[in-house]
Amino acid sequence: MSLLVKLLAQRIALGLLLLFLVSILIFAGTIILPGDVAQQILGQSATPEALANMRRDLGLNDPPIQRYFSWLGGLVQGDLGTSLTSGKDIAESISKRLGNTLFLAFWAAIISVPLAILLGLIAVRYRERWPDKLISAVTLASISVPEFLIAYVAIFFVSVRLRWAPSVTTINDSMSLGEKLHTISLPIAVLTLVVLAHMMRMTRAAILNVMQSAYIETAELKGLRMFTIIWKHAFPNSIAPVVNVVMLNLAYLVVGVVVIEVVFTYPGMGQFLVDHVSKRDIPVVQACGLIFAAVYIGLNMVADIVSIVANPRLRHPK
Amino acid sequence: MNEELKFLSRQAALGTISRRKFLGRAGALGVTAAAANTMLAGAVHAEGPQKGGTLRIGLQGGSTTDSLDPALATNTTAVNLIRMWGEPLVELTDDGGLQGKVAESFEASADAKTWTFTIRKGITFSNGQEVTAADAAAMLDRHSGEESKSGALGLLRDIKNVSTNGRNVIVELNNGNADLPYLMSDYHLIVQPNGGKDAPDAAIGTGPYIMKEVDMGVRFVAEKNPNYWGDIGHAETIEMLVINDNTARVAALQSGQVDIIDRVPPRTAGLVSRAPGITVASTAGPGHYVFIAHVNTAPFDNPDLMMALKYGINRQEMVDKILFGYGSVGNDSPINAAYPMYTEMEQREYDPDKAAEYFKKSGHEGPVLLRTSDNSFPGAPDAAALFQQSLKAAGIELEIKREPNDGYWSEVWNNKPFCTSYWGGRSTQDQMFTTAYLSTADWNDTRYKSESFDKLLIAARAELDQDKRKSMYADMGMMVRNEGGLICPMFNDFVDAYTDKLGGWVEGVAGFSLMNGYAAQRMWVTG
Repeated sequence: MSLLVKLLAQRIALGLLLLFLVSILIFAGTIILPGDVAQQILGQSATPEALANMRRDLGLNDPPIQRYFSWLGGLVQGDLGTSLTSGKDIAESISKRLGNTLFLAFWAAIISVPLAILLGLIAVRYRERWPDKLISAVTLASISVPEFLIAYVAIFFVSVRLRWAPSVTTINDSMSLGEKLHTISLPIAVLTLVVLAHMMRMTRAAILNVMQSAYIETAELKGLRMFTIIWKHAFPNSIAPVVNVVMLNLAYLVVGVVVIEVVFTYPGMGQFLVDHVSKRDIPVVQACGLIFAAVYIGLNMVADIVSIVANPRLRHPK
Repeated sequence: MNEELKFLSRQAALGTISRRKFLGRAGALGVTAAAANTMLAGAVHAEGPQKGGTLRIGLQGGSTTDSLDPALATNTTAVNLIRMWGEPLVELTDDGGLQGKVAESFEASADAKTWTFTIRKGITFSNGQEVTAADAAAMLDRHSGEESKSGALGLLRDIKNVSTNGRNVIVELNNGNADLPYLMSDYHLIVQPNGGKDAPDAAIGTGPYIMKEVDMGVRFVAEKNPNYWGDIGHAETIEMLVINDNTARVAALQSGQVDIIDRVPPRTAGLVSRAPGITVASTAGPGHYVFIAHVNTAPFDNPDLMMALKYGINRQEMVDKILFGYGSVGNDSPINAAYPMYTEMEQREYDPDKAAEYFKKSGHEGPVLLRTSDNSFPGAPDAAALFQQSLKAAGIELEIKREPNDGYWSEVWNNKPFCTSYWGGRSTQDQMFTTAYLSTADWNDTRYKSESFDKLLIAARAELDQDKRKSMYADMGMMVRNEGGLICPMFNDFVDAYTDKLGGWVEGVAGFSLMNGYAAQRMWVTG
């Protein structure tokens, strides 16, 4: 187990270093963009006096390096600072949006991950027969169409025509869990369609890879049912690549769904980040960027650890 | 009209029978759905406002980064939001005149240099505090002071002193201004306790609603203010959703999740209006889409080249293909019939021969560079391409450079010599000319600098004789049209849409979209 602890410590240290580099990149990126926060807030209606007043109040006259380090200083003490545009506490406003994003990602994952793996297993069981071909065709078709198009088609038929589910998925605290789930049913469905193919294809390929092994033949000769062989003998041995792909898709569900958020008017992190980038609200962009990077690095770390735990040879090194 | 139908429409308007039932019965009596809808709308209006219910409105433009401070309001969502909880001293009437809001009356001294606004008696803020003249004076001080970040700062530069006397607020100006009350209708200038100096974003005002839930850029809930002094604010609750994506906003209306939306894309407005139970309302306004050239910068300092460009644009084609008919042709002046003192001018038409003639006279060689971006106005790159084609017929080459949306307003507009842009318009000619055509204006985005124009503008501002004033504005309009750097092909209408669940829409209200932002307060839920 000491290997695992060492590995974990190593990964976390590397992750922190990565986050630090990410924060420098984001800061530099937002500085390079044309216009500053005062100009973006006042927009076309900016007068020179109003601009000067706002720049002074927001501390934009300090040199960028100084602003970066004062931000970093706050961060190590656990203070994300306040938003330049709204003056609100960043941690507070982000936590609500992050909660929404995780809520959507969670339910999309709960449905799509088991479904993808099950479909992968079925595809292997009926390999090269019609169920396999049908599953592949449908999932590949749904991943090939841009997600916003699937979303618009779903809105047109399910919301406008049939009126089964809302197209505007703005959830709020006064809703019960059931109401919330009904509200976000369309984005969940669309996200499921988008991430299904990747995970399902990887499950299928990984299992087919081990289906050639001698122990599968043994199991067959023992007279086990085909599905039992796949589930009990083949799947556990092919779990590492599957977990990797699942984690990549989970990360996508958290950090990559801004298009879905816009189309369905979902109050998640993506829209929040875009709003603040367009206003050059650097502290908020930094915080969002760090959270996204942390999610990505964290999930990949989980994938690595799972594949080590799942492999006895790596678990018990000589 | 058939007596039975009349009876049924009245029943439907009163809510005794459902709208669907009414439409079904009307269909059985051989009336088309469209005619039945119109009939129902008429009956709903005749019954007068109904109280109660929840009105849901879907708006474009809101962002997570917005503030509730009216000084910082820049988008249409913010304007509609401010109208919920707050009121300015005066407001536009439906036909562009003026009515008192927080001020019950106002009057000017003979030279229009001193204005007195009398605060309405016995009205209170939503926190229970009585509204005083000091609150209004503090408000003017906050927006015009040295420290101001307000979007209204430019309007208030000329104020010399603000004082109070009982219920009167006395505003003294450096120069006479007959339009000062119009400036006071600006949506930034909301009367707040102590002028909003203590808590600018507390959303406490004298408006018909009180904000209950605020989630910036996402969702707002407002409830009726039980102590509101006026007669608007019919729905018990108003729910505002920010839906920035055009398709999503229209779908929300069609699927019945909201009752009214703004900014229906002109491209699809025709299709939307054909859906049962949905009315698309287009309102003419002062907003215009423009091509602006700096007339102090080569090659646009050449008046013949400017003339060639002005004759080389096909205005009607732009109205048809960019606005899909939801608008009217421009005439290279920022003023149209939406302004109170508008005088009609001879329409400049597309004339490739004349354009070619002027172009030859100008002696200009090579292409003319135009910069554009998607966000400079909806369909701007397409409009630029149309301009390119119509100029080609006159033998003038237009080179189009696509600029990124991001940073367009800080890097290109008011910076590069020739680009596409838009103006929302102002409520008076004086304001429009002062904002963008006075030599010293910050936003003189055509760099039009004319001494005689400036003199005329200052003189007209203090002129209380309306006829004289009108002819002065006509002269100014003509000067901009002939000498200015503005090429204005079209005035865009506001295109809003609402379902038959709502009654009380008024056609042609002056000001902004959605009945000058008052649709949610002035319309009512019919059940």
